Amino acid sequence: MERNPMRRQLQTLRKSLFDQGYLDDQFVQLEELQDDANPNFVEEVVTLYYRDSGRIILNIEQALERKPFDFNKLDAYMHQFKGSSSSIGAKKVKAESTLFREYCRSRNGEGCMRTFQQLKKEYATLRRKLEAYFQLARQAGPVETACRPK
Amino acid sequence: MKVERVISDTMDQFPIGMRVLAVDDDPTCLLLLQTLLRRCQYNVTTTSHAITALKLLRDSKNEFDLVISDVHMPDMDGFKLLELVGLEMDLPVIMLSANGDTKLVMKGITHGACDYLLKPVRIEELRNIWQHVIRRKKLDRKDGSNSCSIDKPLIDSGDAAGTENVDPTGKLNKKRKDQNEDEDEEHDENGIDDEDTSTQKKPRVVWSVELHRKFVAAVNQLGIDKAVPKKILELMNVENLTRENVASHLQKFRLYLKRISCVANQQANLAAALGSADASFYRMRSLNAVGNFHTSAGPDQLHNAAFRSFLPSGVFRRFDSPQMVQLSHVQNLGNSSNNRSKLQSYLIPGNHNANILQGRPMMSLELDELQNSKGVNRIGQLPSVDNTTVYPVSGSLIDTRCSDNQHLGVTVSPLILEGSTQLPSLHASNSGGCISATGFQNWSTLPDFTSAAPASGQLRDSKADIQGHTSTINCTADQIIRCAPHEWNAPSKDSPFQSKISSCAMNSLIPVNCDMDQLGQCLDQNNQIFNGNMSLDSVEPSNFGVPLSIKYSKVQNLALEPSVTEKEGYLTVQPRPQGSYINNTMEPSDIEKEEYLMVQPRPQGSYIYDDFGSLEDIASAMLKQGQDKDEPADCDFGCNAYSLGTCILD
Repeated sequence: MERNPMRRQLQTLRKSLFDQGYLDDQFVQLEELQDDANPNFVEEVVTLYYRDSGRIILNIEQALERKPFDFNKLDAYMHQFKGSSSSIGAKKVKAESTLFREYCRSRNGEGCMRTFQQLKKEYATLRRKLEAYFQLARQAGPVETACRPK
Repeated sequence: MKVERVISDTMDQFPIGMRVLAVDDDPTCLLLLQTLLRRCQYNVTTTSHAITALKLLRDSKNEFDLVISDVHMPDMDGFKLLELVGLEMDLPVIMLSANGDTKLVMKGITHGACDYLLKPVRIEELRNIWQHVIRRKKLDRKDGSNSCSIDKPLIDSGDAAGTENVDPTGKLNKKRKDQNEDEDEEHDENGIDDEDTSTQKKPRVVWSVELHRKFVAAVNQLGIDKAVPKKILELMNVENLTRENVASHLQKFRLYLKRISCVANQQANLAAALGSADASFYRMRSLNAVGNFHTSAGPDQLHNAAFRSFLPSGVFRRFDSPQMVQLSHVQNLGNSSNNRSKLQSYLIPGNHNANILQGRPMMSLELDELQNSKGVNRIGQLPSVDNTTVYPVSGSLIDTRCSDNQHLGVTVSPLILEGSTQLPSLHASNSGGCISATGFQNWSTLPDFTSAAPASGQLRDSKADIQGHTSTINCTADQIIRCAPHEWNAPSKDSPFQSKISSCAMNSLIPVNCDMDQLGQCLDQNNQIFNGNMSLDSVEPSNFGVPLSIKYSKVQNLALEPSVTEKEGYLTVQPRPQGSYINNTMEPSDIEKEEYLMVQPRPQGSYIYDDFGSLEDIASAMLKQGQDKDEPADCDFGCNAYSLGTCILD
């Protein structure tokens, strides 16, 4: 058990993200890639994700404003978005993406719009939580972790 | 031309330090991939653009061992990149995608991917990717030809791996064996290409546009049935190029031709339909005629276009030497999953020496027409052309499209088939000229498309095609031998097509699942270049002759390939009745009689990456062997028995 209270808090926060389904195992993969050579890897990837995917979200939004919906295009955007999201382990976001794509395939505009709203919510929530997580991590200081043998 | 070889220093510690090129437009994924690969201790280079990746690969030959690429990219389709890399650089390529649909994975395989990974990719999967590099090297080394993607029995003069057909293969087998021995000897002679080791890195030969052009020229000159690696090598006269390199490339080329032949098949049918009347000029076997066309919208348009095969008869008329044009029935490619249009392949028998192609193109395939019309519309018109009008094709067949300038009516509509490239179906006719007549036009003057600027890309495509698509032999042969020139140089009228065509022809020897896409690509390329170049006025006897005496046999068994027998180093696929191997009753002389007409790549319009050039068509011009008395068994794929004659123009 971590003696450092901040560390403990950090671990609790981390665990809750998994338990509540915000993150999946892919996030653990990211953490495993973080090491001395790459000490902020996870945060870097997540930051990059939010920056890049923000662009896709915007594209989707614009596409949803044009009627009739170009489902193929929407599907393509979402495919891309889903790929990114799954790379960081964003579980709920990924689930919404999948649902969105299904609606695209079945040409359900209503479903798409609803799902998209939900997706944006999840996306924003995750961002907040991860930002808090990283901030806490920085405050808690570097951790002694076993170094992965090279 | 010198071929440089570079041997990496790190090969001793392989797989550590293996040089990987990672391509993905998604920065998050790319960063992740890069980190994972670094963690595996590979040497990673990343880029988010496929074009940049290609440039990197082309500029620094031998700098990479493996390429990993995403499927969906904005600047270029991942599959296209895959083909290009495989063809030009012969590197293993791993596809990456968030989408794991069976169809996509299959597409990856047919385009030659070594592996297909799903995102998010895990490190365990990446730890083992080095096996693809080794495997490829081993295969290359083993028989001097062939990359891992092709493990099918391609009967090739240099290839011992074939499962060749049982039949009359005794002779061929022996021949092959001899060749193998020959190869082995050469192996020993080549200091660098050491037998050893899986860990030893073999210097890779990069088939540049120029090199490939020489290759094609050599093949053309020799004639498809005589194009053995050794002779090709001699003709090419390139330093540091080994027979194995050539053999390997030849094999791929044949595969490529085969692929495009699928498209050509359809065209052949069409041609057959058109030309059937003129018995003296050609024999049409089972012309499926138009009926076989699938009119499919969209990507399938190309298929239709394929139908626009040229009518050989016309061509033959032109030439003094009466050539028989045999149109083989159109075989539908088995790959029904993709709406491939049936390829009709017809063979145009002719003298090898005849300048069959000289002069006007035989057929006018109006690809573009097809394109626009979604399919067969045009085809319908063809039948109206009766024998007498068959030739000059240009007149009759080509709808006005070719009206301007070229008499070449032949528009070879590349049989590009659907496939990833949603080929805009051959737009064969370029605004400027006839569509591709170039193909036929004179074989001799096939434009040398190699290097037109846009062409380079295209060429690459065709190369990609050649890349061993693992031949799923399901495709019954009718791979038309397409003379899709790999490289379409800037069209120069006088440049000999032949090389191109023959190269195409070569490729299609192997019946493989006709991958329309690829064909399309090839065709496309051709087309592009063709645009405008088609002025086939100058008909020079070219060596183009694509000796395609390929008898495709329907391969019922997956196992393979239709019995491909090697005749004179030329791959002949015997058409076989369903499920059975046929004895190759065709005498070599018979085969000789047949000429192929290569379909011209379609000119312009097609994008490099799409559309198959008319060469495809050419390939498709597989003529059914005269000897093939029986109706070809109904095979889904291509031509049952046709031998592709090479159109060799003196």
